Amino acid sequence: MRLASVDTAALAVGLRVGMPLADARAQVGDLLVVAHDPVLDQDWLDRLAQGCARYTPLVALDAPDGLILDIAGAEHLFDGEAGLVADIDMRFTRLGMTLRHALGPTADAARALARYQARPAPDEDSAIRRLPVAALELDAEATTALVRAGLKTIGDLASRPMANLAARFGAGAAMALRRILGDAPSPLDPRITPPPVAAERRFAEPLGSTAHATQVLAELAAEAIDILTGRGKGGRHFRATFFRSDGLARTIAIETGHPTRDAGLVMRLFAERLDGLADPLDPGFGFDMIRLAVPRLETLGASQLKLEGGAARAANEGAAMDELADRLATRLGRHRVRRFRPTDTHIPEQAQLELPAIDAPAPLPWQTPEPGEPPTRPFHLFDPPQPIEVIAEVPDGPPQRFRWRRAFHAVRRYEGPERIAAEWWRRRDNGGLTRDYYRVEDAQGRRFWLFRHGLYDEKPDPRWYIHGVFA
Amino acid sequence: MRESSPSLAGLRQRIARLTADGGLKSRRSEGWLASGHARFDEALGGGLMIGRTHEFFAADALDATSAAAFAALIALRTPGKAPLIWLRTSDAGKRCGHIYAPGIAELGGDPDRLLLVEAADPKMLLACANDAIRCAGSAAVIVESWGKFPLLDLTAGRRLALGARDAGTTLLMLRLNAAPAPSVAETRWSVAAAASRELEANAPGAPAFDLELLRWRGGPAGMRWRLDWNHDENCFGDPALSGALLPLPARRAMASHGAAAA
Repeated sequence: MRLASVDTAALAVGLRVGMPLADARAQVGDLLVVAHDPVLDQDWLDRLAQGCARYTPLVALDAPDGLILDIAGAEHLFDGEAGLVADIDMRFTRLGMTLRHALGPTADAARALARYQARPAPDEDSAIRRLPVAALELDAEATTALVRAGLKTIGDLASRPMANLAARFGAGAAMALRRILGDAPSPLDPRITPPPVAAERRFAEPLGSTAHATQVLAELAAEAIDILTGRGKGGRHFRATFFRSDGLARTIAIETGHPTRDAGLVMRLFAERLDGLADPLDPGFGFDMIRLAVPRLETLGASQLKLEGGAARAANEGAAMDELADRLATRLGRHRVRRFRPTDTHIPEQAQLELPAIDAPAPLPWQTPEPGEPPTRPFHLFDPPQPIEVIAEVPDGPPQRFRWRRAFHAVRRYEGPERIAAEWWRRRDNGGLTRDYYRVEDAQGRRFWLFRHGLYDEKPDPRWYIHGVFA
Repeated sequence: MRESSPSLAGLRQRIARLTADGGLKSRRSEGWLASGHARFDEALGGGLMIGRTHEFFAADALDATSAAAFAALIALRTPGKAPLIWLRTSDAGKRCGHIYAPGIAELGGDPDRLLLVEAADPKMLLACANDAIRCAGSAAVIVESWGKFPLLDLTAGRRLALGARDAGTTLLMLRLNAAPAPSVAETRWSVAAAASRELEANAPGAPAFDLELLRWRGGPAGMRWRLDWNHDENCFGDPALSGALLPLPARRAMASHGAAAA
């Protein structure tokens, strides 16, 4: 086992990253060792990034331990760059983080400066030129080769023709250099794209109670809905972010099945979500900022005032149903409130899709029943089918008796077989067997849907399954 | 409502006075979920009363599908597009199978009206049921449970019943693999599968149900029916005895051959 990371105290006594744990223990008697958990680290970085959304909506992760913030046009809110950096520094120090930051004209330049800055420089441009060639992040061999050639800094490289670098170390190296110098674009991949509509409120004194925060959220919802009304849009997703004064943030999101401009509905859904949280919203030392974003908009026409009468009542009931579906989906999770949709296939278990009701799938026509015919598809379907033991004539006789769930059923009536072949593009592999379906009724009058998986010339000993139960 | 004794009637009146809104006696229902079978509906005074709770017990664990289908069909018979909210726990699919929409379509029901809600556990199921029945505009709310349902005690049952009455929604409790127990339901049924009318070549026919009225708040219980479902007429009907009726499906094979030939 080796050390994955060391803190300042450990550095001071001479421990280094990559050192065997046994050596470190030998050097320092009372060493405090914590198991390395990259997943938790990533999680923590994500939470920090979420907290940084207070400075700018464009926050990108630079795994495993970096964050890139695009602060163009946002720094004046914190009295300039210095004020913004001081604010970040204060909050991160409070969280026990050691921070190393740099500001740069492009994302790659800022990143290289933060990670590789060696000596102070009079201005930004010369600071970039003084960066070591390691900032290009080529492989170790290439870096060594560059240093041996006497090219120690980015400035050295930049003064030479780019073509030579590309010829010797590949186009990637030339590209990395151009990005750091700002000659090539270095786009940011933000963690969350900025929402089209957002409303936020900052507090001089942090809010200590969740109830008060919810009240502010209601005011923000009203503001956001004013903006939506002006644009003729309705929101489908609403995302509230509660920024704590210690730098962390918590995001709570809701969604609706139809675009809405009803602040009451939005707040009811938020209340539902807040009530159902496994770990409740914790104000900690208080919230100092709350933001409500509407990341997904859809066109929504102006609505008619409520009228007395049949049509309006039906519309109200429809709206109440939509709200119920939204509320249940908010409470249970969006995949647990579903509607059915047919698909065009003969394979029974694939003939229906269950889609989240919140996505409001457009209805498609279903197979209509044949007049005078009993249903050929069961009411309940087992997916996967359950294996049963069957006594049937070989090779393709109907089942006579079968055992399912430890009970015997004698078949009184049957219809079949209905032969359903696998799709032609699946027939070659093992899953591509033909199924012979039988509708059977047992002595008690219960109707089942059984099938033999495979014909006798496809498989020596095909198995029987029960696939469904008829009404 | 017929009262079994004057003292009981007196007590009911007292309770009605005590509860400001009149308790269960004040009826705000606007009709019935009718089966379409004349004698059945007549015996119940119109069908299953809207705004009330009705319980369907599967006579046996294997009759779960029959009970579920009966409840679904009587709710989906109603005209219009009002949704049928079906609440079940997430393990229900393993126990008695997933609800299969093509099968419902073949029974003449409209699967687009179905809103399936899967709760993680019975407690959540009850909480969602309470929300669902308070929302007017549904054809019915079906709450499917398996086995004993200790959370559904008299208090919880009454809360559901009051919610259904106030909103004018109908609650159909589907109790599978459970023994009938006292509750505040308006009617309580035992549903079992019945042998269907035989079709040509010994094929099983239209769905048939054996129903027993175990309890009815508005009248005598103990009645039994055997109904079968006619999806052409979209109603329940009398099962004809085997051979008593000209077998309609004599056309079946012909029709399909004809279609193929055409």
